[in-house]
Amino acid sequence: MKLVHPLMKYVRPGAISTATCTGCGDGIIAQAVLRAIDELELNIDDFVFVSGIGCAGWIPSPFFNADTLHTTHGRPIAFATGVKLARPDREVVVISGDGDLAAIGGNHLIHAARRNIGMTVICANNGIYGMTGGQVAPTTPLGLKTTTTPYGNVERAFDLCALTDAAGASYVARWTTYHARGLTRSVKKALTKRGFSFIEVISQCPLQYGRRTGVGNAVAMMKGYKENSLSVKKAASLSEEELKNKIIVGELVDKDMPELTEQIEKLRRIHE
Amino acid sequence: MNKRLLSGIHLLQGDEACAEGAMAAGCDLFAGYPITPATEVSERLSWRLFDVGGIFVQGADELDSLTIVIGAACGGWKAMTATSGNGICLMQECIGYAAITETPCVIVDVQRAGPGTGVATKTMQGDVYQVRYGSNADYSIIALVPDSPQEMFDLTLEAFNLSEIYRVPTFILADEIVGHMREKVVIPEKVSVVERRKPKVPPKDFIPFKVNSDTDVPPMPAFGEGYRMPVSGLTHTETGSPSTSYEVQKALVERLCNKVEKKVDDLTRIETAFMEDAEVLVLSYGSTARAARRAVIRARKDGIKAGYLRLITLWPFPDPYLKRVVSEGPRAIIVPEMNVGKMVREVERAVGGKAEVISFPKPGVELHRPDEIYNLIRRVR
Ligand SMILES: Cc1ncc(C[n+]2csc(CCOP(=O)(O)OP(=O)(O)O)c2C)c(N)n1
Ligand code: SF4
Ligand SMILES: [Mg+2]
Repeated sequence: MKLVHPLMKYVRPGAISTATCTGCGDGIIAQAVLRAIDELELNIDDFVFVSGIGCAGWIPSPFFNADTLHTTHGRPIAFATGVKLARPDREVVVISGDGDLAAIGGNHLIHAARRNIGMTVICANNGIYGMTGGQVAPTTPLGLKTTTTPYGNVERAFDLCALTDAAGASYVARWTTYHARGLTRSVKKALTKRGFSFIEVISQCPLQYGRRTGVGNAVAMMKGYKENSLSVKKAASLSEEELKNKIIVGELVDKDMPELTEQIEKLRRIHE
Repeated sequence: MNKRLLSGIHLLQGDEACAEGAMAAGCDLFAGYPITPATEVSERLSWRLFDVGGIFVQGADELDSLTIVIGAACGGWKAMTATSGNGICLMQECIGYAAITETPCVIVDVQRAGPGTGVATKTMQGDVYQVRYGSNADYSIIALVPDSPQEMFDLTLEAFNLSEIYRVPTFILADEIVGHMREKVVIPEKVSVVERRKPKVPPKDFIPFKVNSDTDVPPMPAFGEGYRMPVSGLTHTETGSPSTSYEVQKALVERLCNKVEKKVDDLTRIETAFMEDAEVLVLSYGSTARAARRAVIRARKDGIKAGYLRLITLWPFPDPYLKRVVSEGPRAIIVPEMNVGKMVREVERAVGGKAEVISFPKPGVELHRPDEIYNLIRRVR
């Protein structure tokens, strides 16, 4: 009997070799997304996957056997906005890196959250520019030595969940690649939300982050995620000092607010 | 006004006529960011589109705007953005993206004086290379240059049609004068509208970028039609798979250029007058042509054998047409343009020394006056 991975049915024929390094967190994220779709018994033909440039941009493209849009660096959310406006009946999912979504594409991120446009954005946050060789990102921890911060990073890291919350997202969650189940649960939740959903996945880049900074290999990095993370509930009772260097995981925002394309339709009906 | 086609005779500003051209062409979505002298295109489409069931979005900037336009076009819609040169600067990466993904879109550049912020309310024709060569590496685009509000309507409609036929970003290269002037605009009872060519085969038999020749334009399904389209700005094979091979790169880049450049005769739009026995030709484009026309008419009245030639298609540059023109005898070609003298280089290249080519540049803000062009005709005849 030939064993086939249960998610292989979602992979584009002829696109089996992935672009990622061994141990990269991107594979876990890819599986979490596909598993969520599988468990919800959704039809992949109802999806449009949009990604930017960077290692994480290769998570859906061209591997997911669906409509995929592999865009320019930083712009997947803006492209996805166009797709959603033209095809409001589609499930639009953006999967991209932290540099892509929070540095070069930061403006699109906050405006999409503000507009509360119905899409799910999944940020593979490895705290570094993986693809270009380990340069500092706006998500890199303070003090970390990278290829462009040889004496240590002097800038603070973005809290992407707080950012998208403040900008108006309907759903915000944070997980790490260690929490594959929680992540899958959140993707499922996000896919059923009407408005803008943002999921941050703290993810290991064993090559450009783990090896260069001495944090270790993929297993060591994931162990670190396990040891340093706290649930939202637990974190609520701790002081700022106690939460230093901790990763708070779980659902951070879950509310229902008017979604953009529905608002447009409503306005249209009023004017008819 | 919930009609797409406002048939009748109107007094319209160029920018408004441009918006009506988009409406006539079946534009579904417009995304733009306010900028003088293009803002009136946005303002008009914000209600005109809404009233017919389309969508207007004000982007967070011009980059956001063009990107939304391309996304909507992938979703199967006809879409447009309008800006001025500063906005084109921000759009450049996505212009190349639209070119390599062969996504139809219309980009209106109502040029203003620059560089930099320049003079927002004054005219210039400084962006002629920017729209052609602004994005990285090699590709082709189409650019049409209106000289009146009527042509803002006619050419915007045509730009949508050409963009669909050739699957290339298509520019309306207007300028502040044409964008802001008010003139009579006739909108006909019926217009011809080109719809997107969709695949005739079912998804399982469809190869997204398969072509039979290097000038071929493949059909384009929309997202959500079951074709599982792999759209990507990476160099790709006919199946849409990313590739780093020389052969794939060569075939793709050559086709992205050839599908436009080899069709130059089909794409050439020219207006001429007094060409038969012309010895001195005034070759112009856009609002500059309005002064050129008056100058040539005056020269003819004075018995000077002057001719008038206006380029409506600026890109692809009509080399074959100009080669034919110079073989018929004009001694000299005067090229007035509101920039340091840019298209004159293209003219020189095309005529290959068969006629003297005289540049008459003005750097924007002030138009060429008919008497300035007339005096130059007198001097060179
Ligand atoms: C306009 C532009 N600038 C720079 C680049 C080069 N570039 C490619 S990927 C990348 C960073 C990717 O980092 P991130 O988004 O965090 O993704 P990762 O590789 O870490 O998954 C950069 C700067 C580019 N492709 N385009
Ligand atoms: S460089 Fe890092 S992020 Fe990129 S594939 Fe390798 S491990 Fe993953
Ligand atoms: Mg990264």
